[in-house]
Amino acid sequence: MTDIASTLRAFVRENFLFGQDTPFSDEDSFLGLGIIDSTGVLELVALLEKQFAIHVADDELVPENLDSIHNLVRFVERKRAKQEEALASSRA
Amino acid sequence: MCGIAGIVHFDASPVDRTLVERMLAAIRHRGPDACGVRIEGPAGLAHARLSIIDLEGGRQPMTNEDGSLWITFNGEIFNYVELREALQAQGHRFATRSDTEVILHAYEKYGEECVRRFNGQWAFALWDARRKTMFLSRDRLGVRPLFFACVNAKFLFGSEVKAIFAHPEAVRELDPIGLDQVFTFWCPVAPRTVFRGVCELPPAHNLVVSETRLRLARYWHLEYREDGAMSPEACAEQALSLLSDATRLRLRSDVPVGAYLSGGLDSTITAALARRATTGSLRTFSIAFEDAEFDESAYQRIAVEALQTEHRTIRCRLEDIGRVFPDVVWHAERPLLRTAPAPMYLLARLVRDEGFKVVLTGEGADEMFGGYDIFKEAKVRRFWAARPDSDARARLLERLYPYLPNLRAQSTAYRKAFFHVRPEDLGSPWFSHLPRWELTSRLKVFFSKAMRAELAGREAYADCFALLPEAFGRWRPFCQAQWLETALLLPGYILSSQGDRMAMAHAVEGRFPFLDHRVAEFAAGLAPRLKMAGLDEKHLLKRAAARLIPPAVLARPKQPYRAPDAKCFVATGGGRNRHEYVDELLAPRRLQDDGIFEPEAVQRLLRKARGDAPLGIKDNMALVGILSTQLLIDQYIRGFSPAAGKEWLAADSDRGGFAADAAAALSSWTGAESVVVS
Repeated sequence: MTDIASTLRAFVRENFLFGQDTPFSDEDSFLGLGIIDSTGVLELVALLEKQFAIHVADDELVPENLDSIHNLVRFVERKRAKQEEALASSRA
Repeated sequence: MCGIAGIVHFDASPVDRTLVERMLAAIRHRGPDACGVRIEGPAGLAHARLSIIDLEGGRQPMTNEDGSLWITFNGEIFNYVELREALQAQGHRFATRSDTEVILHAYEKYGEECVRRFNGQWAFALWDARRKTMFLSRDRLGVRPLFFACVNAKFLFGSEVKAIFAHPEAVRELDPIGLDQVFTFWCPVAPRTVFRGVCELPPAHNLVVSETRLRLARYWHLEYREDGAMSPEACAEQALSLLSDATRLRLRSDVPVGAYLSGGLDSTITAALARRATTGSLRTFSIAFEDAEFDESAYQRIAVEALQTEHRTIRCRLEDIGRVFPDVVWHAERPLLRTAPAPMYLLARLVRDEGFKVVLTGEGADEMFGGYDIFKEAKVRRFWAARPDSDARARLLERLYPYLPNLRAQSTAYRKAFFHVRPEDLGSPWFSHLPRWELTSRLKVFFSKAMRAELAGREAYADCFALLPEAFGRWRPFCQAQWLETALLLPGYILSSQGDRMAMAHAVEGRFPFLDHRVAEFAAGLAPRLKMAGLDEKHLLKRAAARLIPPAVLARPKQPYRAPDAKCFVATGGGRNRHEYVDELLAPRRLQDDGIFEPEAVQRLLRKARGDAPLGIKDNMALVGILSTQLLIDQYIRGFSPAAGKEWLAADSDRGGFAADAAAALSSWTGAESVVVS
């Protein structure tokens, strides 16, 4: 959890806040903070796919999955669990 | 079209001719055909001429019969023929065929009220020797520029800020509040500029300067009073008739008039009207982009074919924009958040190289007839907000900005989130502009700590409150959005950074039939449903132009004029900056010294821009905004050497203090009807 969260926090700080010391918590909505636009959503998706090796389907592009560190962590964990499950069942 | 400059000494001491000449030299690019200076005791007037009307007789500064009035004038009074006849009938005798002389006689007859009778685009200064006043005026919608400052009991004015800065006593400093406005609204809010103590005369205002005071007064308002009596057919007919006449007047010239032809609705209409009104061939000019995302060549060919014009195109590449960008900022004299002025600069150069001094363009159609996406967005957001649970209404969001690929890729949920309406926003006078202003304000994350501390607690939006006309609250939301766009971005960016300043860099005069005040007043009286029927923008204008322009241009989806941004300066895929000046001006040490932006944040932005993924709108604007501000600092604050006037400037001029009490008072002026500064 902390690894995923810290990677995501570092990305948001570098990529959306450009290192500026704007405080934000894991629960804060990126939309609410005004730090994400349509390109930002796609940047997040690119990060998830590259960094965490998960595939994000079109219908998963929703704020419930992507709009805070907390939502992202939950989404990544859920996706990973599903992928592991699928892998396990394919081995079985 | 021309450049004007001058000085008034508040202490009545005589003006030094060489200083007026030096000011004029800085803007000589605006009028390379002739120049003139007149010293009248405590007043000096200077004029750089681009000869367009009465090539022989129109020299300036010009005086009246008894030498009691002197004028320096930039622009055109298009109805000068009719005004001249009327004045002649009342006994006025004219020595020239120029429109300049008409202003002198109209002032003799009507005083300051004379400007209400003008149909035109002007910025002028008129010295009244009897009253010992300098009367300055600017056209209704802000086509022609006019700046002024008060320095050590001297009033300085000029078509461009560089004329003022050429005076040895002027002090060149950035105004953090002016910058804050640019990074909110895309432009400073006149009379404020991005230079401390330098004011811009707002559109539709007169300024009277005397020994004891400055008096600023608005002489015209655009009022959105709906006239429901006319049928849509009659409205379309009337619109076409007014536009035809506006074009006819704007073809008055003693040199040939060309036209811009972008392939869009507006310039195709003006070109078609010009084609109709002239017997000979019409020369047209356009920009083509190497990058297909921005290119409109296909529609340009259709328009050229249909209108049978003689057409020339400038092909614009990324490196062209990057190469000319320092010159573009030099001429714009304010930070830019987009590179879009750069291709306009190249286009004007083409026009000049082809031997033309005057072009008709389609600017103003979107503001007057309701064409901008921001109007459509506001309409959809308001409609949806009335029934937020309606899926059908939310689906209309998909109709917004179809040309932005990253927005197209969004889910309905995100689309709803992006266009979300807060309940408190519905009553805001800026409802239409909040998304744009909020997005732009995000760029301030790059401001340095010192800048942020200086601006702490400031509410930028409040700068617009005092601008609002008394009737604003009674207008329909659509009209409120139109007014905001017409009052802020039209003069502050479209007509200046993208208009006058780019064209005049090459001594080319733009003329705008859609900004004829009769057209503007008529369009303001149209019902919003005629301007945007459903989501069909410029609906009435399209009806009016149906038989005038090719059906393919009439039916095409609207594509706003845009140009490539960050990638003109930074190579993606890990590449280097494309131009040396980018390295120099965005280096951490340089940013640190200049103090406006946080060096580390800018380095992060540059790293992101060099990555493989294309930048979003906000990051593109940030990079262009930061770079153009750094260019402005480099060219106007760190150093200052107007190329045209180098030989005039002493190497080390002694710059005195800036006792700008009057100018500072005006600079903080926020739109009162009339202000007197004693």
